[in-house]
Amino acid sequence: MIGWLDTILQGLMLGGLYALFATGLSLTFGVMRLVNIAHGDLSILAAYLALVIVQHFGVSPFLSLIAVVPLMAIIGYALQTFLLNDTLGDDILPPLLVTFGLSIVLQNGLMEVFSADSRGLSVGEVQTASLPLGGGIAVGVFPAITLAAAIVVLALMSWLFNSTSLGRALRATSDDQSTAQLMGIDNRRLYAVAMAIAMAVVAVAGVFLAIRTTFDPTSGPARLLYAFEAVIIGGLGSLWGTLAGGMVLGVAQTIGFALSPAWGIAVGHIAFLVVLLIRPNGLFPRTRDA
Amino acid sequence: MSLLEVNSLSAFYGDFQALFDVDFRAEAGRATAIIGANGAGKSTFLRAVAGFQSPPDEAIRFDGEAIGALKPSRVVGRGVALVPEGRRLFPSLSVEENLKIGGYCGRRGGWTLERVYGLFPVLQERRDAPATALSGGQQQMVAIGRALMGNPRLLMCDEISLGLAPIVIRDIYAALPAILSEGVALVIVEQDIGQALSVAEDVYCFQGGRVTLQGKASDLSRDAISAAYFGV
Ligand SMILES: Nc1ncnc2c1ncn2[C@@H]1O[C@H](COP(=O)(O)OP(=O)(O)OP(=O)(O)O)[C@@H](O)[C@H]1O
Ligand SMILES: [Mg+2]
Repeated sequence: MIGWLDTILQGLMLGGLYALFATGLSLTFGVMRLVNIAHGDLSILAAYLALVIVQHFGVSPFLSLIAVVPLMAIIGYALQTFLLNDTLGDDILPPLLVTFGLSIVLQNGLMEVFSADSRGLSVGEVQTASLPLGGGIAVGVFPAITLAAAIVVLALMSWLFNSTSLGRALRATSDDQSTAQLMGIDNRRLYAVAMAIAMAVVAVAGVFLAIRTTFDPTSGPARLLYAFEAVIIGGLGSLWGTLAGGMVLGVAQTIGFALSPAWGIAVGHIAFLVVLLIRPNGLFPRTRDA
Repeated sequence: MSLLEVNSLSAFYGDFQALFDVDFRAEAGRATAIIGANGAGKSTFLRAVAGFQSPPDEAIRFDGEAIGALKPSRVVGRGVALVPEGRRLFPSLSVEENLKIGGYCGRRGGWTLERVYGLFPVLQERRDAPATALSGGQQQMVAIGRALMGNPRLLMCDEISLGLAPIVIRDIYAALPAILSEGVALVIVEQDIGQALSVAEDVYCFQGGRVTLQGKASDLSRDAISAAYFGV
């Protein structure tokens, strides 16, 4: 019994990590209908950036976020401005093709520079420490930090979207980009800002992933898949739904692993399909009129 | 010099030409009506002035400056606002957020949330409701208020009476004199000739993408207008 509770708890916390991956994907899809196939690879790029900084300056991976987050935001802004804006239009195929190409370029580029070896980031004792919750249940300190980081990030995003002028502009553009331009909103610049925010969040996701597990240049696509599943399970366009989606996926995977190591990932996919069957619009679809 | 001067403006959708050499003037503090049947090119004209076509820069002059080549997001900053056909409110935004985003362009001036609520008091009661939960007439008020929040010097309204009950239309038109008295140039597109002529001093009639009649409302006979409207 305690074993199962423990497993579910692990899964919930893993869900925090998945939510971090999913938030950026959901943001760019929501604002500019862009499905970024390179999303996972960009998170791995962030992990390598953190690795370089950690090795160079001997700082903790947590501290490296101070540099990696703004760096990735700048990369996102530039990527959208110089490459992706020109792919957006009525046809959804060009952005898919271009980001697919970007994914391959990134993987090969990382392979050239860093080789195919698996790497990891270490945060020392925090990595293995655990907090007893009583009753024989304990949670890992690092997974708990990950979940807390996800909640903080989502709360920040929620504030940004609901209480700032930039957030209003993002929602308006998501609703109707042509009318948004009539308000003085430069949609191309706004898309670049949205991608910068998405990449800032993905930087956090990439660094936490790299602490949790090892990574190599080909680790990106699996991350994209989980992020995708979390977004769809949670319901497109719903921020907190994304966390719920990540948690459903995380719990399904940890239960699967507990049953049989070979089945972990597959149980995650099955949970995704089951949710799609029961609630095709996800758990918390954004409702809107008109 | 007129506030808005349009000279031989043409507009295209792909290979289809929707406007042919349109000349147009609008004056500060005056209302100008554009009337015409379905498909005459009225909305295309307003959207072209708002920046959605890319005519030669000189084709559209506003307050003496060429603005034809500016993007829509820059045109608002100069003081040209459009209340689009069908209102086009943002469904994810509340009434008040829709109004606030009208001020996104950052133009300073006399219009504030309070004054828009003063003009349309019913909106204040519904300020936190999703914009699309309002009645058609109230939504139209939000659309006009949203445009005013950008403190325009030229306000273009595309079929603001479409689909509304006569009593609601009367309420909305009652707000126009207050807007005009600020020195704003008003351009009103309507299919209903009577409605348009109730406020406008100048009239343009569009047909098939061309201006077929133009003059002072008081000088034009009903027959002349009908002829230009229907092309008979
Ligand atoms: N997005 C578009 N793509 C292609 N053709 C268009 C588009 N919008 C309008 N048209 C065409 O351009 C012409 C002028 O249309 P426009 O909407 O400007 O007319 P209108 O006078 O506003 O008509 P209505 O009174 O119905 O609003 C029409 O023949 C219309 O079919
Ligand atoms: Mg029209």
